[in-house]
Amino acid sequence: MTNTPAQNSAQLTEHEAGVPEQEVHLERVQVRKWRPAVALTSLTIVAFVLTVGFGNDESTVFRFARPNDFFLLPDLTLGVRVVGIVATGIMAVISAFAIMRTIQRQKVWGWLYIVFGALFIIDFLTWAAAGKSFSFTDLMIASVGLAVPLIFGAMGGVISERSGIVNIAIEAQLLSGAFSGALVASITGSLTAGLIGAMAAGMLVSFVLAAFAVRYLVEQVIVGVVLNVLVVGLTGFFYSTVMSENPELNSSGRLPRLPIPGLSQIPIIGPTFFSQTIIVYLMYAAVIIITIAMFNSTWGLRTRALGEHPLAADTVGIRVRRWRFWNVSLAGAIAGLGGAYFTLDQTGQFTKEMTGGLGYIALAAVIFGKWHPLKATFAALLFGFARALEQTLSAAGSQVPSELLLMLPYIITILAVTGFIGLSKAPAASGKPYAKQ
Amino acid sequence: MRLELRGITKRFGTFTANDSIDLTVEAGEIHCLLGENGAGKSTLMNVLYGLYRAEEGEILLDGKTRHFASPGDAMRSGIGMVHQHFMLIPVFTVAENVLLGHERRLGGIQGARKKVKELSERFGFDIDPDALVQDLAVGVQQRVEIIKALSLDAGVLVFDEPTAVLTPQETDELMEVMRQLRDEGTAIVFITHKLREVRAVADKITVIRLGKIVGTAESTASSAELASLMVGRSVSLNVEKGDAELTDNALAVKNLTVLDKVGHKVVNDVSFSVRGGEVLCVAGVQGNGQTELTETLIGLLKAENGTISLNGTELTGKSVREVLDAGVGFVPEDRKVDGLVAEFTVAENIMLDRYIGAPFVKGATIDFATRDEFAEQAKKDYDVRAQSIHSPASSLSGGNQQKVVLARELGRELDLFVASQPTRGLDVGSIEFVHKQIILTRDSGIPVIVVSTELDEVVGLADRIAVMYRGGIVGIVPADTDREDLGIMMAGELPKHLQPAAEEVEA
Repeated sequence: MTNTPAQNSAQLTEHEAGVPEQEVHLERVQVRKWRPAVALTSLTIVAFVLTVGFGNDESTVFRFARPNDFFLLPDLTLGVRVVGIVATGIMAVISAFAIMRTIQRQKVWGWLYIVFGALFIIDFLTWAAAGKSFSFTDLMIASVGLAVPLIFGAMGGVISERSGIVNIAIEAQLLSGAFSGALVASITGSLTAGLIGAMAAGMLVSFVLAAFAVRYLVEQVIVGVVLNVLVVGLTGFFYSTVMSENPELNSSGRLPRLPIPGLSQIPIIGPTFFSQTIIVYLMYAAVIIITIAMFNSTWGLRTRALGEHPLAADTVGIRVRRWRFWNVSLAGAIAGLGGAYFTLDQTGQFTKEMTGGLGYIALAAVIFGKWHPLKATFAALLFGFARALEQTLSAAGSQVPSELLLMLPYIITILAVTGFIGLSKAPAASGKPYAKQ
Repeated sequence: MRLELRGITKRFGTFTANDSIDLTVEAGEIHCLLGENGAGKSTLMNVLYGLYRAEEGEILLDGKTRHFASPGDAMRSGIGMVHQHFMLIPVFTVAENVLLGHERRLGGIQGARKKVKELSERFGFDIDPDALVQDLAVGVQQRVEIIKALSLDAGVLVFDEPTAVLTPQETDELMEVMRQLRDEGTAIVFITHKLREVRAVADKITVIRLGKIVGTAESTASSAELASLMVGRSVSLNVEKGDAELTDNALAVKNLTVLDKVGHKVVNDVSFSVRGGEVLCVAGVQGNGQTELTETLIGLLKAENGTISLNGTELTGKSVREVLDAGVGFVPEDRKVDGLVAEFTVAENIMLDRYIGAPFVKGATIDFATRDEFAEQAKKDYDVRAQSIHSPASSLSGGNQQKVVLARELGRELDLFVASQPTRGLDVGSIEFVHKQIILTRDSGIPVIVVSTELDEVVGLADRIAVMYRGGIVGIVPADTDREDLGIMMAGELPKHLQPAAEEVEA
């Protein structure tokens, strides 16, 4: 057993009379956390069985180059069996090392997970696309594309939860944004107006959430779920009546791609990140601004205070309910913009229930990202990657049934949320209504 | 700054918490507001601070009427408050906590850091503006609260039960700070129910009872006078008990260590034994492992290491049900959350842990007649003031709720009784009753453990005192140990001259 110095604190329960919450310095030992080691070992076994056990002697060709690149990267050919043996071998070593560290009550280094993850993905891709040729760059492009609405949704979730309101209604905000983006852009003929319309619609959903959750102290999760169902019903109704009778109301067209000169020609990175529409560039800006503002501005300080200890915020003169109301509204506008991505960037028209529950995955990204805007973005990218795998592998004609691949994002979600993130602490007052005498 | 409250009345529904209260506090004066728990002191101060809106009355500062719609208004007018429940955000730094809400006035985070350093120097506090509040000891957190209030140049400073979480030495230091502030011309309102402190520091004393001002007193008044003014009748301040008659029954705890979720040793290698017929009081500042110790004894927490045995029977690792069946009675420290089901009736609460077999359960059904008979008897024996045994527990006062808990826990054959903070938040009458029951239980010849953060209670009840600090036991000392020494032990040190005595009683 190794004891680390008593520099940590234990939070103990608060009591009704007399004594406030307490912090006391205590000796600490590293608790044996078996989940990461067990998860690594299971993944290694899965990888071994699939790629070595069911492996073959074929090879997979990875393509990286795109026509506009500064220079063309050569294709990479990997043998399934060789990659399988080498990758699972290293993975087994990492797993064994993780088990040893756990027994010794020591932490497993974070970068080992990244190495492990990369090996697992290379191994899996080589095996799944065996005998075929496969564009890695397309996979990356699809990952970012599928992550965009998730990231917008997660930003809305982070802002809302950091100010103390659980935002289950991300799904409703995305869907109403998608609908209203298409509708407004079709009527006005302006895609910019469509973007503003999408933000307004997301905000409108938030107004309802905020009114019930902040003003009338209704259980936030219930309001959120009801809103999700309501928006599915409303948009579905208008889609099958108004829009199908007047197709000109649902033909917004798509935003133009705006490749950034220079940057967009870097191999892999250029086409993935810098050859996108304005919505994606807005997303980069949103992530950066929210991350900086959350931890360095008056707005961020107050917002975090609201989610941790609203009474404390009230006692220093911050109007808790007003702040929460406008923060939730802002969150709705951001998520609404993410909804516009479905219609104004991807398809050019609205279809029924086109967000397909991604709002909930965005919520999972918030939790996986520990309520931090940047980490939540990476979590959303991971989920996007999992969905992109399914699309690109099916397109490449993989030997794996596409139904199984469809499950992949959700399996990764479960693994991520249970296996690796460990103790994830929500803002202390998130979900708790603030009532004033 | 001169503060004047005129005819303040605050009602919650039909309950009048403050009934036309008049109070004047001069600049450069420490004015004590003395009253029992629930007398309406905190409500009055929350009205002053703009957290509550009063139905009637007015607030004057330096003779001018003020209306505070929110705490922000009150702070801008120069009212500062050190809250009973600290209004600090644990995951923020000291400077961030001070800055919150006054970002422009303090000039951003750098301005706040400077202010913290400046005030910290002025009062001899050693506070790092960049430390996270959750990493600070309670006494230091309170100083952060004080700095927070002073950072806005408060002319009136309210201390709401500030000593509840402090060791006696920390309390003395706090009083020194209060005097220093007074001498600089701040008007100070000091809310408390502890007579010793009132007499030590007050310039003027106003006593409040059941929402009304019942009198004023000088700081020269005796404790007995103040107590009778506060309670409305004469009260005995001492617990009456005879010498301990030890029996062979005993609880023995050896090398007990308990970890929390992230690996902190919340109970750290604790060993002690309690004989039948004696009360072992566990003293210490709240949060030093007392809660976890009792919860481990009852089986709610799992011990990482060590053993617990009662009369030779092993209790370590047993389920709560098995521990209860072994004859352990337990009064949890938070009666509203852990002691009772508030929505259940008095009768239901009295049989809460006896849902298996005789006498209350036959087959799969509850024998209501037997239960009600038992509950009626308990209501009488324990003087539970409830409309009926079918009233919900939530309709009872704190004292009567605690009597219901006692009635349940003492209502069966016991081999060990553990009470955690048994009198917290109770009125003086109920405290006397609870103390009497604890002594009766001790005299019936079983081991009794009482956890309390109130030194008066510890000294009054104990045959021996164990002081806990950071999860460990600093020492076990006789009940007649000097308060000063107990205070030093609460800060983690066992004074040299106590060591022989400690060794003797530990044996």
